[in-house]
Amino acid sequence: MPSYSFVLNGKPVTVEAPADMPLLWVLRDMLDVTGPKYGCGVGVCRACTSHLDGADIQPCVVPVADCAGRAVTTIEGLADGDELHPVQQAWLDRDVAQCGFCQPGQIMAAAALLKKTSHPTDADIDRIENVCRCGTYCRIREAIKKAAAQG
Amino acid sequence: MARQLSRRKFVVYSLAASTLTVAAPLGCDVTTAEGAEAADSAPRRPSDVLVTGTDEEMLVLEVTKANKVVVRLPRVEVGQGVTTAVAMMIAEELDARLADVDIPLADARTKGNQFTGGSSSVSSLYGPARELAALARAKLVTAAARRWRLPARTLKTRNTKVIAPDGRSATFGSLTASAARITRPAVSSKPKPASRHRVIGKATTRIDARDIVTGKAVYAGDLAVAGAKPTVVARPPTLGGKAVAVDSRAARAMPGVHAVVEIAGGVAVVADSFHHAFTARDALKITWAPGPLAPLSDAAIRSRLRAAVPRLGTPPRGSTQTEAEFEFAFVSHAPMEVLTAVADVRATRAEIWFSSQTPMYARDSIASAVGLPESKVKVHVVRGGGSFGRRLNHDAAIEAALISKAARRPVKLMWSRADDLQHGRMRPASHHRIRASHARGRVVAFTHAMASVTEAFEARGPSARGTAQGPGQGSGQGPAQGRVTRAATRAAGPLPSDSGLYNFGRVSGDSGSVELAMPLGAWRSVDSGTMRTAEEIVVDEVARSLGKDPVAFRRATLRHKGVKAVLDKVADAGDWGRALPDGHAQGVAVHEEYGSRVACLVEIDAADPKNPRVTKVVMAADVGTAVNPRGLEAQLMGAAIDGISTVLRAGLHIDRGAVRESSYADFEYARQRHAPLRFEAHIMPSRREPGGAGELGVPAAAGAVANAYARATGTRPRRFPLNF
Repeated sequence: MPSYSFVLNGKPVTVEAPADMPLLWVLRDMLDVTGPKYGCGVGVCRACTSHLDGADIQPCVVPVADCAGRAVTTIEGLADGDELHPVQQAWLDRDVAQCGFCQPGQIMAAAALLKKTSHPTDADIDRIENVCRCGTYCRIREAIKKAAAQG
Repeated sequence: MARQLSRRKFVVYSLAASTLTVAAPLGCDVTTAEGAEAADSAPRRPSDVLVTGTDEEMLVLEVTKANKVVVRLPRVEVGQGVTTAVAMMIAEELDARLADVDIPLADARTKGNQFTGGSSSVSSLYGPARELAALARAKLVTAAARRWRLPARTLKTRNTKVIAPDGRSATFGSLTASAARITRPAVSSKPKPASRHRVIGKATTRIDARDIVTGKAVYAGDLAVAGAKPTVVARPPTLGGKAVAVDSRAARAMPGVHAVVEIAGGVAVVADSFHHAFTARDALKITWAPGPLAPLSDAAIRSRLRAAVPRLGTPPRGSTQTEAEFEFAFVSHAPMEVLTAVADVRATRAEIWFSSQTPMYARDSIASAVGLPESKVKVHVVRGGGSFGRRLNHDAAIEAALISKAARRPVKLMWSRADDLQHGRMRPASHHRIRASHARGRVVAFTHAMASVTEAFEARGPSARGTAQGPGQGSGQGPAQGRVTRAATRAAGPLPSDSGLYNFGRVSGDSGSVELAMPLGAWRSVDSGTMRTAEEIVVDEVARSLGKDPVAFRRATLRHKGVKAVLDKVADAGDWGRALPDGHAQGVAVHEEYGSRVACLVEIDAADPKNPRVTKVVMAADVGTAVNPRGLEAQLMGAAIDGISTVLRAGLHIDRGAVRESSYADFEYARQRHAPLRFEAHIMPSRREPGGAGELGVPAAAGAVANAYARATGTRPRRFPLNF
């Protein structure tokens, strides 16, 4: 079994896994990191959205082999200890979540967007593909703008 | 809808416990107090009480020595915010800090009301939860008064503490043991009048919000149950198809595979990870026999539904008719969290973890499926990642239990998204024929006949029967499902329009059905999501044919001033009638159900009719007392997105006995680019007891979207979703 090392939420990890094993299942089933959620397995619902070297990815379609030697950040690694990331704080302030299942992915997608575009327009926000079946989109939009305004 | 529960006759019990534990009956009328008073000499732990069974039908509140107030809730949290609403009721009457109130979900009970559905949770809990907390507060105050030798009436409660006039304070936790021995509180144990509410009615952030944004919220798939291995099922290409030959040699030989088990719904693979399970599933060589619907596609279903709609009677003589027919496609619930259940079935007992709106029926169904007495099956209710009615049924839990039994090991079963869309339950397709008869400028008769698909069980396998029926419940649905799946249980009967929302003269309705072997289920707002949507479209068309404005026409014909008030609110706040560019329009609709009323105004940009965008939504709701206005706003927002999705693009195609869609790529539930850029919810002030709110907004939102689309495009929307 091949072995892959990467940095997960700031800590080095090594896993023995098939090269084509999606990162999502490495995280969830081998490393007990359950913040990234399965919603489709084909990269379209984006509930698993996490960061690879700071850019958003869908771990359900990224093989673990592609993560070797790189830095993976999941929702669990976004806050700085008890200090929430500005996007998480904006999510709390706007009380965005309903069922909460897609929200780790939504937050990671928003954080990645703000990294690229510090003041996203409505059109930029519209390009976020993450599905929220509870329909929290309006609060997501407000929370992103709030996080952007607070830098 | 759920049976209307009496809120007049609770008796709040005190349970014997070493800590203050009080209980209120829930879902049944009790006229005499039977609860045990606290025993001074032999204090018992709350778990002793559980064994007596007296709390089985109750809401039980416990104040722990660690100063936590714990209420084990016989409901499920699926995003609707019920745990936050109940925590607020408790915090209100106890004067506890919200952060000190814990609302874990109760395991399946054997008695009482443990049903989450019909938008009934807040209304059914509002009385008992407050009574319970008010009694607990009275006992805590009395205990503090005795400790300090002060008159109880001089003491105040705040922030989970009792406070004396001299400034001394004691936490509830420090008083709980002595409060448990109080039999006659020295202060009132009645809930506060609404005028003194400080928590109820105040916009409050969800109690689980921080857990959610940090990824700590736990769903069934996140549970670490010892030895429960990831499990998936290979399912047939058609609905109800059967495996006739299975070659599992290659799959069994793959690394990380623990078991391959044939079940009624397909072939299950138990493996070390979901990656291993999916890989082995794909290596199975299965010959499938087509399911019973294999010759059937949408066109045939639509024509059978059309033929099943009862004939409309003769219109009043001399009247002019506005007639329309509407078709609604099947719609998946598609909660973000796919069905997931952890099951550990042994020879003499079983334990199952999953998210259930009907855990009591689930336990009975699981017991029957695996051949154990109900008392040997433990069902743990887990928060759900959305539901929209999907978790009224417990298909995956039964399946997980059967796989665990056959594989002789604990399993964590997950349906894939394709499983969920292609073999999961759906809102039934329906056909509606509506006729408004008008004479001398007013509607004199209104009739609505419809037909929907109902679920046939005989043609499906044993697992299908097991999923929809509890033991001994005959050929219909279980009682819990029966209460909510009106479409599936009613062969013919009255329609919601019979409630007389409008002064439309003689109102009548009738319904028929087409029975098909497909998995169906109640979908948020159940029949109203289609029937009332269709009716609101007809109301607009009648207004047009009478040359009247849609808002003015509704205002003139609505019966109830409460409905007119929400309509006026959206018309005013949404600036009804404002000038908009070509291809843009406003639309409006109203709805009344669950003791609540709602209106919705939308603006749509349909300049490209194939790619419309709802740009703005304004809703107004009167739900009686809104326990958490922020939670209510969230429910209305979700309902608006449901209306946008089901009217414009989200539906399922049936193609030769199979569901064509397989992910959110083709089941086009709205994404951010389809959501309104502006959303407003106006909550009408009210002192009435709470009505229902979770499903309320769907028909109004769907109707308003359809009406806006019609006005923007000059078309008459008839078949939903419109872009499909």
